[in-house]
Amino acid sequence: MSFEFRILRVDMAARTCTFEPVPQEYTGLGGRALTSTIVAREVDPTCTPLGPHNKLVFAPGLLGATNSPNSNRLSVGCKSPLTGGIKESNAGGQPGGHLAKLGILAIIVENMAPEGEWWQLELGKDKACLVPSTVTGLNNFDAVAKLVEHYGDKCSYITVGRAGEVKLTAASIACTDRELRPMRHAGRGGVGAVMGAKGLKAIIVNPEGGEAAPLVDADAFRSASKRFAKALAEHPITSKGLAQYGTAVLVNILQEAGGLPTKNFTVGQFAEHENLSGETLNKLTKERGGEGKVAHGCMSGCVIRCSGILPDKKGKFQSKWPEYETLWCFGPHSGISDLDKVSRFDYMCDDFGVDTIDVGVAVGVAMAGGGIPYGDADAALAAVAQISEGTPLGRVLGCGTATTGRVFGVRRVPCVKGQSLPAYDPRAVKGVGVTYATTPMGADHTAGYAVTANILACGGKVDPLKKEGQIELSRNLQVATASVDSVGLCLFTAFAILDVPDALPAIVDMLNAKFGWKMTGDDVVTLGQRILTTEIDFNRKAGIGIGQDRLPDFFTDEPVAPHNTNFDFTNEELATVFNWRDEVKELEKNRK
Amino acid sequence: MHLLVKLSTTLRDHVPDYQPNPGLELSDIPEESTVAQVAAGLNIPAEEIKIVMINGRQCALEDVLRDGDRLALFPAVGGG
Ligand code: SF4
Repeated sequence: MSFEFRILRVDMAARTCTFEPVPQEYTGLGGRALTSTIVAREVDPTCTPLGPHNKLVFAPGLLGATNSPNSNRLSVGCKSPLTGGIKESNAGGQPGGHLAKLGILAIIVENMAPEGEWWQLELGKDKACLVPSTVTGLNNFDAVAKLVEHYGDKCSYITVGRAGEVKLTAASIACTDRELRPMRHAGRGGVGAVMGAKGLKAIIVNPEGGEAAPLVDADAFRSASKRFAKALAEHPITSKGLAQYGTAVLVNILQEAGGLPTKNFTVGQFAEHENLSGETLNKLTKERGGEGKVAHGCMSGCVIRCSGILPDKKGKFQSKWPEYETLWCFGPHSGISDLDKVSRFDYMCDDFGVDTIDVGVAVGVAMAGGGIPYGDADAALAAVAQISEGTPLGRVLGCGTATTGRVFGVRRVPCVKGQSLPAYDPRAVKGVGVTYATTPMGADHTAGYAVTANILACGGKVDPLKKEGQIELSRNLQVATASVDSVGLCLFTAFAILDVPDALPAIVDMLNAKFGWKMTGDDVVTLGQRILTTEIDFNRKAGIGIGQDRLPDFFTDEPVAPHNTNFDFTNEELATVFNWRDEVKELEKNRK
Repeated sequence: MHLLVKLSTTLRDHVPDYQPNPGLELSDIPEESTVAQVAAGLNIPAEEIKIVMINGRQCALEDVLRDGDRLALFPAVGGG
């Protein structure tokens, strides 16, 4: 069989594209496991993130280009210009599956094009070349439209908008969805700034001639994949809930639980929450009709379909359904309750290519610092529009929350390791607070989504307002998530993995059938731990010590209404999350 | 006694004309009623209820309600 996975190395200074056999140390890895391993091996942890020594790595997951449901995500890794540590951010859309079909295990982009030069990478079956970019200066929607005119609608596209071109530290990398809209982003950590720093404006992935990944035991794979699909179809969240209401379904339950951070984390409830709820999104989408769509899948093979399309009042496409995080940061966090304005914000972020979370949280922080009037949606949108114009205010917001907080002299800047907190107050959902503090990625809910057991009664129950059980919960989820991110699975499959006993064995069986391995469930844990260890070791060498595994002190100082709880973990307790690591064992020993 | 009942997603379908703002304002609920009894009175099948919150704290279907409580009922929901 001619199909052989290879690594594509792209040198932006020499303008060479080289297919290389997969070195021993990268075999058996995919997705986050691969991007983090490559970054740890090949990138000097002390390098300047926007300089020539950083590398940008793209890798589909281990189950990419198979018929497993929901397995075509694409991981993007580098040293983050936002956190200064290692970063993996993953996205849906079509490119992940296409790259896997072309037999590309990973793309490693290294070096930099000369200042002011912009290139685009054309990829096809056994073909890769850099050509001068035809879309420089365009934001994502225009850039993709122009690329589609030239390369056609069978390709998928990876692009940066103007935010990436000017290397703002909250810049994202956009992947096109099935309808060729650049709306699925590797959002967090400023990966788009690294792509911009390389002088790489776009990647065109032509899947023609690509093939499904080879399987060592095709029959066993088919039956395991069916079992996994069945688990997803059985679970109410993955079968119906997400499709009908999107992730926005969380607005009302977090409101009820008092964990919906409002007015820059000063209270945990927002009076106008219902305007931004999943129920409202569903209803409005149906009422407006037209190009709107409930239950839309962002990539081939998605059976969960959480990403609807919100039409405007005339029924024309307005934006994808804003995610819960987006609704929250431009909404309650910034005192805004107009869904169409949030939808506009979401579209702008997709177009300019910035992380909705870091920029939306920055908006609320700028409000706290008097830079934008609190709750003024039009003023906020006008400010966000400046990201594309490159004005000083636009650049400040586009660099994210930490920068904005500094510029406006704000006392409460909700960041860990320079990355903004997402939409769950860590004082009212303590398990996710432990994740924010400790994940090597900087504050990130997806790294260990303890909202499951804390709020959603999924994967057990742990009281969100108490400390008991949270460290262990966050640890287990962080380990499991690192593995899920390596397989290429959309994280939303985790609801089924946590509750349906056969889901995880089915995934393990798919991996075994594809690669001829003899993995067990325990090996999944070992893999997750290994990835986290690689990432934390990188951070240590980059100068990020265990002392940075902290939330800002206002979360410990100030209780949040309505439950009036604070984040009360001691530093010693937080240090036990990664308890398999030597530095933690050492700390424990010294304490005794 | 008086209760404020908040319903989420598909549970709203069981209560015609449910208004999310402010929710259902119930009076004349017998003292010592449990969550399950109130839900049954609203024709919401217990097996569709996954999460119960009373005044923002997770509770069980068997728990007894007090005058002035805010009760929220959810089916299985999740996102991220
Ligand atoms: S569940 Fe949502 S995010 Fe995941 S693959 Fe499907 S549409 Fe994309």
